[in-house]
Amino acid sequence: MRVLNKKAISRRSFLKTGTVTALGLTIMGPMVIGKNNAWAATFKTLGADDAATLIQMARDCYPHDFLADKYYAKVIEGIEAQAGKDKAFKSMVSKELKKINSSAKKHYKVNYKDINRELERTDILKKNSKSPLFKKVQGDLVVGLYNNQEVWPKFGYEGESASKGGYMNRGFNDIDWL
Amino acid sequence: MAKFSKNDDSLVVIIGSGAGGGVLGMELAMKGVKTVILEAGGRHGPQDFVNDEWGSFGQISWLDKRTTSGDWRVSRDFSGLPSWIVKAVGGSTIHWAGASLRFQDHEWKARTTYGDVKGASLLDWPIDGKEMAPWYARAEDHMGTTGTNGIPRLPGNNNYKVFAAGAKKMGYKQFHTGNMSINSQPRDGRGACQQIGFCFQGCKSGAKWSSGYVSIPKGEATGKLECRSNSQVLKIEHDKNGKVNGVVYADKDGKVHKQKARIVCVAGNSIESPRLLLNSESSMFKNGLANSSGQVGRNYMRHMTASTYAIFEKPVYMYRGTTMAGIIQDESINDTRRGFVGGYELETLALGLPFMAAFLDPGQWGREFAASMEGYDRMAGLWIVGEDMPQSNNRVTLHKKIKDQHGMPIPNVNFSDHENDIKMRNHAWKQSIALYESVGANKTIKTPPYPSTHNLGTNRMSAKASDGVVNKYGQTWDVKNLFVSDGSQFTTGAAENPTLTIVALAMRQAEYIAKQMSSKAI
Repeated sequence: MRVLNKKAISRRSFLKTGTVTALGLTIMGPMVIGKNNAWAATFKTLGADDAATLIQMARDCYPHDFLADKYYAKVIEGIEAQAGKDKAFKSMVSKELKKINSSAKKHYKVNYKDINRELERTDILKKNSKSPLFKKVQGDLVVGLYNNQEVWPKFGYEGESASKGGYMNRGFNDIDWL
Repeated sequence: MAKFSKNDDSLVVIIGSGAGGGVLGMELAMKGVKTVILEAGGRHGPQDFVNDEWGSFGQISWLDKRTTSGDWRVSRDFSGLPSWIVKAVGGSTIHWAGASLRFQDHEWKARTTYGDVKGASLLDWPIDGKEMAPWYARAEDHMGTTGTNGIPRLPGNNNYKVFAAGAKKMGYKQFHTGNMSINSQPRDGRGACQQIGFCFQGCKSGAKWSSGYVSIPKGEATGKLECRSNSQVLKIEHDKNGKVNGVVYADKDGKVHKQKARIVCVAGNSIESPRLLLNSESSMFKNGLANSSGQVGRNYMRHMTASTYAIFEKPVYMYRGTTMAGIIQDESINDTRRGFVGGYELETLALGLPFMAAFLDPGQWGREFAASMEGYDRMAGLWIVGEDMPQSNNRVTLHKKIKDQHGMPIPNVNFSDHENDIKMRNHAWKQSIALYESVGANKTIKTPPYPSTHNLGTNRMSAKASDGVVNKYGQTWDVKNLFVSDGSQFTTGAAENPTLTIVALAMRQAEYIAKQMSSKAI
């Protein structure tokens, strides 16, 4: 059976001198830097603090421990771009984040992204699952995260096949464990 | 390739180019009848299709605004997308999986066989299996259906092998890789299936039959057929005697044209076809064209559907190879000891990772969902497709306020499951979960119905004019030169994928229309 290698990651490196969140995201000016300096992104409209919260929310929505934060951050970059063009949307994001953070403080005494346990963070998300911001993040992610071709190999999905002659000679019927 | 004048009132004008309209156009042209097909979408061939689920979705889907209502989950999760069909030359035969099954004899007589099912508006078809047998044979030959005409069946992929091993453990007897209109060997100028795996995105090798690149070019080669793409029909017009005499359509720039016609055939799929008839209301036809019965838009059926996905310890890579080449037919019989009337087919199905995320359990998130997605490469999957009960209030109506880009009222699709549908779905989930567990599944997932691909029944065929919209040839009861040529003429849905039956009905209708024309009856 032609079994796929699901590993293989490329990494970029950044000098890290900012503050580090409880979950390992570094905030430096408008920049959010990932764990192990693997990636960085700039959020001039949302600000790094709110962006880091959204990235954490994104990971909590679809938590894949084998995916680096950069794949989640990429979807949040789309929200950053929309906020840059649409003032009403930008104010919705910051208003809803305040609500989510106050809910987090009420139940766990700290802001959402500073809650250490995933179960407690998802408890906050469940309590706020009707929030238009949560729905937006979840809806964008379910398309954006799983439609990112860079993540496909990690799920064992090969994508386009016609240019490779389909699977006629590449294992369409090679299952060997039944 | 013919090009006809918009003032030519001797033409048959067909609205839509899918399984019904595309085949009807080919058949009429081959009989020497001058025919124009008006297709709302653009023309794409195998070279244009993309192995990319969301990319293809944007390229070929019918994305015009629609609304939904009723208790079906599609209305909650995908409120603006009741159906997943195609706006392009070839219609939904671009997207279809290729499964080509004949109705079983008893399914033509649903009312007689199933009796008076409470809440259902069952009728017998005014035709039967004997009447349709030669037309089915002709359709299978045209489409190159495997398992017929000496055409070998397709080889089974990994997803099929898991499915078949489970079927065997369950004691099922009737399972194989299906009757598929996908070449297993070169035929009719097209090559054999390359096991590409993106059947729903348009077949890049052209091995799969589609009216768009198989039937319509055959019609065009006669010089009697013109296929005018990017031409969305807005209204059918009639003369003072109540006979239709032309259609109004918008081109790709939104410019409105009128095409005269001797005969008009509606084949825009079961949402657009009734919508068009309703939008063609006039002082003479106040409730819409061909709607004296009040049945236009009613009895919308979508098949009882669902999926089951199962996660195993080891890889399956279900997406490799032909998407739907696998069927179990043992449950398609009518055995009321199971607690419901009618039956269902189990058919292999795979989605790519992007669509799996969207459809596996819409709206779900969190670690349980993520864990299922991490089982993607170890997943096997199947689709459940069974007969659903026609219900009068499952219907397509015109939206009272919202209009489309051409100023025409958009359709609303109202659908709620019948109790029989729910019982059948639960039975099918139970059986398919047992099937996968019998070969070692560690986790199974009940996936709810996708946006409808089998849209049926909204202009139904009936023996009596008061019960339906068209007679046994698809000719409207009210207007003798107006026909319905798509799945909307289905009286009941049967358990089988509908395309083969739509094609067979179109071939039969072409013969009827040609005879009626030559005898000057219409």
